[in-house]
Amino acid sequence: MSLDTLPRTARTPRRDHPPGRRWRSRVDVKAMPYVLVSPYFLLFAAFGLFPLAFTLYYSLYDYDLAGTTEWTGLGNYAALLVDEDFWNAVVNTVGMFVLATVPQMLLALFLANALNKRFRLRLAIRMSVLLPLVTSVVAVAVVFTQLFARDWGLVNYILSWFGVDATNWRAERIPSWLAIATMVDWRWTGYNAIIFLAGMQTIPRDLYEAAAIDGASRRRQFWQITLPMLRPTMIFVVLNSTIGGLTLFSEPTTFYNGNVDGGSQGQFQTVAMFIVKQGFREFDYGYAAAAAWLLFLLILIGALVNFLVVRRIGGTK
Amino acid sequence: MLISKRRGMAAATALAAATLAVASCGSGSGSSEPTSSGPVTIRVQTFGGGSNFGYKNAITKWNAEHKDIQIKEEHLTDQFEQQYWPQMIQWLTSGTGAGDVVGIDEGGMGLAKAHPEWWADLKEHGLESRKADFPAWKWENGVTADGKLFGLGTDIGGMSLCYRKDLFEKAGLPTDRDEVGALWPTWDDFLKVGQQFQAKVKDSKWADGTNTLYQVVLYQEAAKNGNVTYFDQQNNLIVDKNAAVRTAFDFAQKLTEQGLTAKLRNFTDEWAAGIQKGSFATLGCPSWMLGAVSDNAGEDGKGKWDVASVPGGGGNWGGSWLAVPKQSKHPKEAAMVADYLTQAQTEASIFTDFGNMPSNVKAQQDPAVQSAKNEFFNDAPIGEIFAKSAASLQPVFLGVKHAQVKSAIESVVQGMDDGSVAYDKAWQQLVDDAVKAAG
Repeated sequence: MSLDTLPRTARTPRRDHPPGRRWRSRVDVKAMPYVLVSPYFLLFAAFGLFPLAFTLYYSLYDYDLAGTTEWTGLGNYAALLVDEDFWNAVVNTVGMFVLATVPQMLLALFLANALNKRFRLRLAIRMSVLLPLVTSVVAVAVVFTQLFARDWGLVNYILSWFGVDATNWRAERIPSWLAIATMVDWRWTGYNAIIFLAGMQTIPRDLYEAAAIDGASRRRQFWQITLPMLRPTMIFVVLNSTIGGLTLFSEPTTFYNGNVDGGSQGQFQTVAMFIVKQGFREFDYGYAAAAAWLLFLLILIGALVNFLVVRRIGGTK
Repeated sequence: MLISKRRGMAAATALAAATLAVASCGSGSGSSEPTSSGPVTIRVQTFGGGSNFGYKNAITKWNAEHKDIQIKEEHLTDQFEQQYWPQMIQWLTSGTGAGDVVGIDEGGMGLAKAHPEWWADLKEHGLESRKADFPAWKWENGVTADGKLFGLGTDIGGMSLCYRKDLFEKAGLPTDRDEVGALWPTWDDFLKVGQQFQAKVKDSKWADGTNTLYQVVLYQEAAKNGNVTYFDQQNNLIVDKNAAVRTAFDFAQKLTEQGLTAKLRNFTDEWAAGIQKGSFATLGCPSWMLGAVSDNAGEDGKGKWDVASVPGGGGNWGGSWLAVPKQSKHPKEAAMVADYLTQAQTEASIFTDFGNMPSNVKAQQDPAVQSAKNEFFNDAPIGEIFAKSAASLQPVFLGVKHAQVKSAIESVVQGMDDGSVAYDKAWQQLVDDAVKAAG
């Protein structure tokens, strides 16, 4: 007996739907989920995928905004690899990233650990560490630019108490990195601390209780329980900071009067600033596009390195 | 704070305009005119330090007299080469974003001229008749190769030296402007007096930085070297061949090597603060710089600054044009505004109010201009200093890529000053970077 010979009612046992409605319900079940998640993918296609592909396409051309477009193949990439200014920007970016991220992670970790304890006004204080994040980056930069001014700046004033000569924070390489790293840390430490805190709260209490019964000190508990259990959170935070740190733009730009030069000789010009300068000041779009792809590679490498480093934290087997 | 306030105002204005439009529809006059939708707003985009183009009073006056056309000035930034011009090029190429009337510095005119498609032809709006108002070179520079009139002259540079009277007094130097001018017939004299000054005064420097005076010397020397700077008339890069560049560079190097600079880059916030706080005693002052000084120094600086003649005599640095981008939705009204802002009367009042020397010949000959004194600068006879020499000023040719090359070179000249470029390597780097920027 084949299915076809079954009476119609046997196939739709409960209710007799009109065929159109059945079709609609099938669409509803099968297609609707895709329709519902599609806005993200459409937006991503328009503002993520398309620019990505477009950038790749133009990175293969000598494309001058107010001029001509000529195929150069990998010419832009070859030129970039021997461009001192590009490497200068890479060194600056990585340097500032390390200078900003290492203290920031440590600070965020200990801040989170402190916030994870019981104390008065806990919620208010936990919220308050997020305040720097909601401040406009321009406002942050304006204030820090004044703090780090060579003449009449607060930081130089305080340093002068210890007999330090006025530092020109925009002319010397390492001081300029320090100033910008401070700006970045001020803004992001609280954010990372809150993420760490959330991670800490998922660690089961009984682990700590068992450790306490075994006589492990608070400090030991932190190193042996908190840190290893926090690894997934840490990977997220570090990857996030890597992406943010390697695409650093607003802080160093505002630090130099809104100029993407990053100092008279590019003392603190980041790769992102280099790209904007090539693209929107020299109008060498192809070159800028190629630099953007190299930055993408740099971020991939940075993320991978950090991932490998963080994975080892807390004594992996 | 400021921005949100402005936005609020804009929203309120839009709301008011909408209400008006509704009201006028409701009146039911039958034949509705398309122009009754409220006043046309003409956006005028400018750049430059302090009072920049000096349009404040002129715009207030126009707006009071023309209810149907309102001018809104958008001062975008202090810096032309690094910020204003790249942004403007982007807007002009993409066909949206530029104002209805835009200011262009001399350094951008080469490129502007090479792109007639960016601009509305002002001849179509009857402005060909303005030809007699301007010196031939100022007029010609606003006309493209195919004969399109796109730019009308605003100001010209001229040259003087601004100085702080109180600091000169502190150093035991004369303070009277004629005596001060007599101190420095040449730039070597200027350096010598600088050393005398620096020996007596420790907490202020002789000059602001290297860039301003580098420009002053460059323009003076350009006049002796065929009126060209970085490019020759055929747009070939001649940075390493033009003696004017080398002379100006050498002077800048001496200035910083002798420790006479406050190491400030012009048109930055710190430089503006330095003007106010007396970080330096002298500043190269083309006419338009007067407004930058008085506006940055504020009321407290009144009477502290004065104007003397410049070492080496004369020079013409800077000066701008107004153009109407093709993308403007109101080219007719925009042309009227550009016309108004470059009229003899307007340019004359800008000179007396702020200091920008008119390029308009009739304004230059205006007795009020010729006898003008600047209150801020101790009633310095700016008419005598600038207007008398205005007619004889020579135009300096600037190439299509002048803005980019200038920016690259200034970074090296500035880099010598802030210590990031070694003196003995600076010249080579200047040439290399210029070649790179000229691309």
